[in-house]
Amino acid sequence: MSSNLMEVRNLTVDYVGENAIARAVNGIDFDIREGEAFGLAGESGCGKSTVAFALARLTRLPGLVTGGSVRFMGEEVLEFERERLRKYRWNEVSFVFQSAMNALNPVIPVSEQISDTIWTHNPKATREEIRARAVAMFELVGIPARRLDDYPHQFSGGMRQRICIAIALCLNPRLIIMDEPTTALDVVVQRDIIEQIVDLKAKLGFSVLFITHALGLLIEFCDRIGIMYAGELVEVAPSSAILDAPQHPYTRALGNSFPPLTGPRQRLEGIAGTPPAPRAMPVGCRFAPRCGQAMPVCSLIAPELKVYPELGSEAACHLLQ
Amino acid sequence: MSPVAIAASPASDVLVEMRDVDMEFVLGGALVNQHVLRALSGVSFQLRAGRALALVGESGSGKSTCARLLARVYRPARGSIAFKGADIEPLRGRSLQAYRADVQMVFQDPFGSLNPTQTIGYHLERPLRLHRPELRGGAIKAEVEALLARVGLTPAADFTARRPHELSGGQRQRVAIARALSVQPAVLLADEPTSMLDVSVRLGILNLLEDLKTQRNLAALYITHDIATARYFAEDTAVLYAGHLVEQGPSGVITSTPAHPYTQLLIEAVPNPQRKITPRAARRATDIPMWTPESRGCPFVARCPRALAICREAMPAPTDLGAGHTVRCHNL
Repeated sequence: MSSNLMEVRNLTVDYVGENAIARAVNGIDFDIREGEAFGLAGESGCGKSTVAFALARLTRLPGLVTGGSVRFMGEEVLEFERERLRKYRWNEVSFVFQSAMNALNPVIPVSEQISDTIWTHNPKATREEIRARAVAMFELVGIPARRLDDYPHQFSGGMRQRICIAIALCLNPRLIIMDEPTTALDVVVQRDIIEQIVDLKAKLGFSVLFITHALGLLIEFCDRIGIMYAGELVEVAPSSAILDAPQHPYTRALGNSFPPLTGPRQRLEGIAGTPPAPRAMPVGCRFAPRCGQAMPVCSLIAPELKVYPELGSEAACHLLQ
Repeated sequence: MSPVAIAASPASDVLVEMRDVDMEFVLGGALVNQHVLRALSGVSFQLRAGRALALVGESGSGKSTCARLLARVYRPARGSIAFKGADIEPLRGRSLQAYRADVQMVFQDPFGSLNPTQTIGYHLERPLRLHRPELRGGAIKAEVEALLARVGLTPAADFTARRPHELSGGQRQRVAIARALSVQPAVLLADEPTSMLDVSVRLGILNLLEDLKTQRNLAALYITHDIATARYFAEDTAVLYAGHLVEQGPSGVITSTPAHPYTQLLIEAVPNPQRKITPRAARRATDIPMWTPESRGCPFVARCPRALAICREAMPAPTDLGAGHTVRCHNL
């Protein structure tokens, strides 16, 4: 088994209001291994982006990391001082966001935006070295170097997202956190970008934390997947197990929320009800009010994430005891 | 859901017929630098009672333009649109108002399509007062509650006094559907009705539209970029590329045996958990060409793996592959 690049333990993130605290992430545990693609899936508001921000130490008020530990190559990220944090961000862990339209500065040529990143982290590099690196990164993601001095509006959405990927890769990070990187793109462009990420990952050997609600895409792309519901991880398993042997009722329900492209046309039911509001979390299992198989115990005691070694899965459900 | 019906319905079922429609927009400055974008080129399709047609294609392919033409927000540059056999172009005043009651739209964004300062009750009462003058007093209130119950918002009395911000996205979209139903339409135009919603509630909305389509014998136009939900909800699918209808037919046939290279590319791109991603060596250019009245040939030619010399010269006429499946391609 490969070693862990990142170990997240009991991570807790709150959003602090004047009169109330909303717990967005409630003590979650997972690992990201060397060279693996780890996926986080769940509905809007389940806390998956909050996790991503917390891992990169980008949580801002009213968000607050109130507990737990994030260890990156053995070091405690949550205790990094200013200088260490500066090196950690982008040299070691970089980010690709959903909105490629907004991630780039519209009034600066893209060459400057990539050079800035390289220069900030390598202040001794010469102008020529920086330019050469920028050209190399552009070629890596399949954009002709002659377009380096164009402005963001001169590129299509897919090309802008590729530029964001080039900027994320330019310092050779160990981990790239991708938060819905293809959601705003058309399906053919999405396929192109994903294939490119797979290709680059094989060449450069980085790990990926990939966040999206599109479970089908995640199963295709990732090695292991964590399913989040209402701020908690309900199941962590290899992609093949998420597809063939989902253990948690929520994982099954989420899988049945996407009509397939093949097989018989039959009615699917989705998931009844809506996720709970962060300030009114149910007692016990948070999925119980929407769960078709809920038992009396489910609304009393919260199940713990337990390992099921024969499946390589971890799941938190009373049905599995 | 019944298996795909192959047999074509009788012609009398046809409620809406779009025939050879071109749509053009003038882009650029007020006086100088003007150029013409041809958003639709020779598009023809029919909507039948009790059936749904899915329009599939990427952003900018002209899907929403089709819906707006049918809602008579735009008028076609060439070609005709008929409702129950009569051209909609001459409609004015009262006849146009009646047409708009017959053809209703549900929009993509339930956050933008409801007025945040008004109650849910107001949103449903207003169309009733405008389009159904026979209803008065208590009858309006009863009809509002019946509509809310019909779209699954119960107890209805709880919802009438609320405002949109108190509802979730899925509930808001149900209000938008109830509003469309309030005027007893024959045709429903649904423009990406689920793409802004949470994954777990999307199916609920599609199932509601499916039930309404069957029970009220509605003709539906379902606009989507997701070909899997097109197959799930719509009996027929039409694929648009740069304003050209490149392939059309029963949804099951389009997804299992696509004939046009663009449809094939689209289906190949859909996430499929049954396989693992293998990077392709050569990437194809992914920009849709900007189509103008001077453009010639097939718009897909630059990306097409089996393009011929003739593909740059002329767009082929539809080839009939049987069972209502047609495709426009020179190299089949």
